[in-house]
Formats: sequence, structure tokens, C-alpha cells
Amino acid sequence: MGHVEILDAKTKDKLCFLDKVEPNATIGEIKSMFHKSHPQWYPARQSIRLDPKGKSLKDEDVLQYLPVGTTATFYFRDLGAQISWVTVFLTEYAGPLLIYLMFYFRVPFIYASKYDFTTSKHWVVHLACMCHSFHYVKRLLETLFVHRFSHGTMPLRNIFKNCTYYWGFAAWMAYYINHPLYTPPIYGEQQIRLALIVFLFCQIGNFSIHIALRNLRPPGSKTRKIPYPTKNPFTWIFLLVSCPNYTYELGSWLGFTLMTQCLPVAAFTLVGFIQMTVWAKGKHRSYLKEFRDYPTLRSPILPFIL
Amino acid sequence: MSAPAMGTSKTAHTDSSNKKKKGPGTLAIAYLVIYNVVMTAGWLVIAVGLVRAYLARGSYHGLYYSIEKPLKFFQTGALLEILHCAVGIVPSSVVLTGFQVMSRVFLTWAVTHSVREVQSEDSVLLFVVAWTVTEIIRYSFYTFSLLNHLPYLIKWARYTFFVVLYPMGVAGELLTIYAALPYVQKTGLYSITLPNNYNFSFDYHTFLILIMHHVFSKLFPQLYFHMIRQRKKVLGHVEEYSKVE
Repeated sequence: MGHVEILDAKTKDKLCFLDKVEPNATIGEIKSMFHKSHPQWYPARQSIRLDPKGKSLKDEDVLQYLPVGTTATFYFRDLGAQISWVTVFLTEYAGPLLIYLMFYFRVPFIYASKYDFTTSKHWVVHLACMCHSFHYVKRLLETLFVHRFSHGTMPLRNIFKNCTYYWGFAAWMAYYINHPLYTPPIYGEQQIRLALIVFLFCQIGNFSIHIALRNLRPPGSKTRKIPYPTKNPFTWIFLLVSCPNYTYELGSWLGFTLMTQCLPVAAFTLVGFIQMTVWAKGKHRSYLKEFRDYPTLRSPILPFIL
Repeated sequence: MSAPAMGTSKTAHTDSSNKKKKGPGTLAIAYLVIYNVVMTAGWLVIAVGLVRAYLARGSYHGLYYSIEKPLKFFQTGALLEILHCAVGIVPSSVVLTGFQVMSRVFLTWAVTHSVREVQSEDSVLLFVVAWTVTEIIRYSFYTFSLLNHLPYLIKWARYTFFVVLYPMGVAGELLTIYAALPYVQKTGLYSITLPNNYNFSFDYHTFLILIMHHVFSKLFPQLYFHMIRQRKKVLGHVEEYSKVE
């Protein structure tokens, strides 16, 4: 039986003393106990570490396997208000879906009033609406039924930042694509057909990767394994790339850019690509650090290039 | 916009020699000294140009034309400072420096140069004077800091003059943009209209209005109060020391 004392990482004040803690208690359980004495700090916003400036301990870590004496001293940092990943994803994806539709249906006060509730005469505009909507419906369904999240929560301020990004860009793109003065692609049907093929191919690819990643991880677990190609040909890209979900996502948006021939769409694709490259490089690096036998042929996001 | 880039380097210039081991080498320091001396001289030329033109004409209207070329040259030259940060010979943030230099360059070229009609406005003189005094002090501050012989007067001036110069400069800049608005709207300057093959549009007139709002409501108050805090930090110590002595 051990004791646990929790100090504030900045001020070193004694915040809590827990006596008679089981040696096999997890950090998660200790967080729950701490929460009881400080109800404003729910477990998700607690960062518990051995060293005031050190890394956070994981919820799964067990007390007796940590380098502490009979009385364990932990340091606490408040991570700030937290919000669940699922909530953030649902909000940031529902926005573009609805916003785009508002522009598509030419809701009043967006374009000149004579265009209210009219529809575009270009069939590519209808196609684009279907593709854009399909994309975000897919994302919403994946959030609810496919993804297995490592972290439960993220800081609350992220939802404002993320929603501004997604909703802002969606409105900007949708405004031009559904504009009464929209100009369809230069190469007409050929361009649109090619664009649609690229888009659909990459949507299926992206979905395949999400399923493959989900299957790597048993339900409720947070294990990490190296992803490998499966029977599904869309996953064979794992041979060359660490994060093919991002590769396919880039492909989808390139397809959509080609389909709509719209500069704001190109801008959105570019910004997204930059962000996904940063994420892919980070993920690739952590794969390399964690797994000695990580395949050397793989690049983070673009085969052989990036 | 006319911010003397205080927020970026903070007090790093005087500290850089003792704190950072991995700082600029001797060649870099020599280059920076030359750069800052040249810039100080350049802005002095502009200052002298303004005074001479004023004395010659007997009025302060339309002085912009007398210093138009050196103003463009030396203000645009400041773009090098972004490079200095990127390469690491100056310990400031690339983003912050970039932002500040670009805002000056924007005002010089995309507003004052591009909209001829505002060049005779008095608001132009307002920001040109603010910039000139600020830059003379700022570049001499850097020069002396690099040579490790910073007269207290220059340090004091750098952290005090902004109290008047910064609002003065911002006022001049905003009034100039405001004066440009009708001409921009009439001529459709730098604007793209629909329909076009890229399905994109840009209204420079609206853009300028948004910039004015952003500068006035957010940027200027934020930067101004940051500099006031910097002033307390930098000049505050000295007052304590003099009390002890």
C-alpha cells in the first residue's frame, strides 16, 4: 500500500494527498481520485508527471512500475478545458456540409436577389455539390463508426481554430462554385470525367486506409502497430507511404480542384497538403522511433518524394 | 505598421553576446554592422531631404516627392531583415519581422506608389516623418548594440519615442489608405472580377477597408501595449539601479 501526493507543477503547492493507494492502481484511477477532491479538474484535463517539466504519464501506467518510493510524488498541470475528438470532428465536418448546401441552393443574401433559390445551369456544379457532400458525409460516418482515437480529448480552443478553417474555406469555395457567373472547366467533359475518376478513386482509397488502420487496433485499445498492405489493392500503397490516408486525401482534393477549376479550391488543397505533410512527417518519425524493423522504402506522404 | 520592430528582438541584441553561444559569427556581425550603418545613413538622407525641401518650399505640403526614391529604396531594402532572421544571424522571429516589413512595403508600394492621387496628402508626411525618426533611432540602436557600445540615450530613445511616433505613424497610414479608397473603387485597381477561368474574385477596395479595421481594432492596440510593457522591462531596471547607487 502506498501513498500519493500531488503537487502543482508550477507553484509546487501540495494539492492533494491520497493515502492507502493500491500498488496496482493506474494513473487513470489516481486521476479519478484527484478529481474527487478537485471537481473542477476532470481527468481529461489533468496532466500528471514525475517531473514538473517532464512528459505526461499515461492513464495505463501502473503505480508500482513507476520509479517512485512508498510515497509517490506527482506533479500536476491543468491542460485547460477539454473537448472530445469526436465532438470536434462532428462539428468541423457538419459545418462544410451544411454551408456548401446553403450556397448550392442559393439561399437569400448571398448572391443578388434575382438568383435566390435558383439552380446553376452547369451540370458540373451539381456534380461538385454531390462530391463535396459525399466527402463530408463520409467523414462524419467515419468519425462515428470507423475511427479509433488514441486520445479522448483535445484543448477546447482547438474547436474554434479548426471550425474557422473548415467552415471558412467551405464558404469561400462554395461561393464561387455556385456563383451565377461560374465558368465551367476549360476542357469540358473530358476534364470533368478525369477529375471525377481521380476523386472517386481517392475516396475509396482513403476509406480503405481508414478501415485498415481500424483493424490494426482491437476495440477499446490504444495499441500501435505497423500498418501493412492487405488484400485490398487500395492498401498496397502502404509499401511506399506511411500515411496513405493523407496521400489519398490530397488526391481527392486535386480531383475536386480539376473538376471545379476554381482557385480557392486549389488554395484549400495546398493548405491542406502542407498541414498533412507536417502530420505525416511526424507520424513517420514516430513509427521509425518506435519500430526497429520499420520498412525503409516508405516515405511519409508522397512515394519517394516527401 | 510603423512599429519599430521592438517586439521581435526584445532585448536580445544586448543579451545575444553573453547568452547565446551559437550566435552570428564575426563575418555576420561585420555584415550586420555595415547593413545597419547603411540603413541609418539612408534614413538620415531622407530626413535631410525632408528638411531641405521644407525650407526650400516654405510649406510642408507635397514633400513626399522630394524623398520618394530614397524612401522606396531604403524601405524596400528592409526586406533583407527577413532574410537575416531566416538565416539566423539575427535572433528574431521570421514571421513577426516578415509581417512588420511587409506592412511597410505594402504601404509604400501598394498604396502610396500605386494611387498617385494620395501622394500629395498630408497624411503621407505624417507616416513618413514617423518612419524616418523611428528608423534612424532603430538602426543606430542595432549598430551600437552590435559593437557593444550602446549609449543609454539611444536605448532610451528607442524605447520612448515610439509612444508618440507609433500612433502618429499608424494615423498617417490609416488616413492615407482612407484617402486612396475612392480612387481604388473608381479604377478597380488590383481587383479581379467574375466571370473568369479561375472562378476567383478579389476586391482591393474591400480588402483595404478590412485592413484598416484590423489595424485599428486589433493590431495597433496589441502591438502598442506590448511595446509599453517592453519599455517597462528594459528601462525599468535602470531606474532601480540608480536608486541603489
